[in-house]
Amino acid sequence: MVYSYFPGCTLKSKATELDRKARLCAAALGFELEEIENWQCCGGVYPMAKDEIATKLSSVRALADAKAHDRPLLTLCSACHNVIKQVNNDMLKDADIRTRANNYLQLDEPYGGETKVVHYLEVLRDEVGFDALKKAVKNPLKGRKVAAYYGCLLLRPGAVMAMDDPENPSIMEDLIKAMGADPVVYPQRNECCGGYLSLDDKEAVAKRRNKIVKSAADFGCDCIITACPLCMYNLAKNDCDVPVLYFTELLAQALGVE
Amino acid sequence: MDRKEEILLISGVNVRKCMRCGKCSGTCPNYDEMEYHPHQFVYMVESGNIEPLLKSESLYKCLSCFACVERCPRDVEPAKIIEAVRLSAIRQKGANHIKAENVPELIDEDTPQQLLMSVFRKYSK
Ligand code: SF4
Ligand code: SF4
Repeated sequence: MVYSYFPGCTLKSKATELDRKARLCAAALGFELEEIENWQCCGGVYPMAKDEIATKLSSVRALADAKAHDRPLLTLCSACHNVIKQVNNDMLKDADIRTRANNYLQLDEPYGGETKVVHYLEVLRDEVGFDALKKAVKNPLKGRKVAAYYGCLLLRPGAVMAMDDPENPSIMEDLIKAMGADPVVYPQRNECCGGYLSLDDKEAVAKRRNKIVKSAADFGCDCIITACPLCMYNLAKNDCDVPVLYFTELLAQALGVE
Repeated sequence: MDRKEEILLISGVNVRKCMRCGKCSGTCPNYDEMEYHPHQFVYMVESGNIEPLLKSESLYKCLSCFACVERCPRDVEPAKIIEAVRLSAIRQKGANHIKAENVPELIDEDTPQQLLMSVFRKYSK
């Protein structure tokens, strides 16, 4: 299967390992990432305002491009995924937003939310399959205790994101098992890391960081994995000295593609 | 259009669905940092008592984490009301909460682009 791939701004700069290892693992697992030409930054946070169109257009352009190629749109960064999937839902369900975005863009064919938006993790679960992934593992991560950190963007709003149970997710724990490691389930795994507050209120983010990392450490993890560069930034330098990795880094180790 | 109408329009939220259970505030991870909490945003907008919200730092403490949206038993979507009040505030002339010239002193070598994009979308117009 070939996917139209939307890497996003941070995967081209501070989070190159998230991107590079994802490409290596995709090649090893037999699916193709075809980067969308001239993609534009999603804006980082979903523009909730009903009266704003301009902030939704970069997502719509990427979605329409994937539709023109008759491919699903694949994301990797949790924020890009959240923004593009929620905007896609607006284009499908909100006639006012759909009409105004199309009136502005004047595409060859109007866009109405037809593209399927999938996260890389969903491809691992739903297309590759965790059983097949397990068979492709060359270096099982035996004895590793891995805490999956979902944060907010992958899961919420649950009705739109529809990746997993928003209160009791399992997709990353199942991936951890397939890689031969032991998943560590802890209470703070789907609570926000402090997000964009880390520019303006570093103290509030430090409280969030300590609460989350301590929660994972108390349940005995030796590392935390994430899909989000902002979660990575907010959690990485923690008082518990727990390493934080992108899930693709661990996957690349397990698949032996480094 | 008055402020209340504007905020209802931007948010698309029906504040009258709120039954004042407080679950949104109970689940909010940034509760301690806020002067006004998500359930207060909802009822203060409903009652038209919006001026204190427009002036409050609480506008810049919501993380848009959607925990309140997910867990509200009445599907009120409090985060969208907070977003709409914040937009109503920062869309005023000269009311940007973060100015570009102040950003360099707030970043470090690891700051992801995603953070800057998000901050400008949330705090400036
Ligand atoms: S959780 Fe929903 S119903 Fe309860 S106070 Fe908050 S907005 Fe109102
Ligand atoms: S979206 Fe804002 S108000 Fe709602 S739970 Fe998160 S931080 Fe609190």
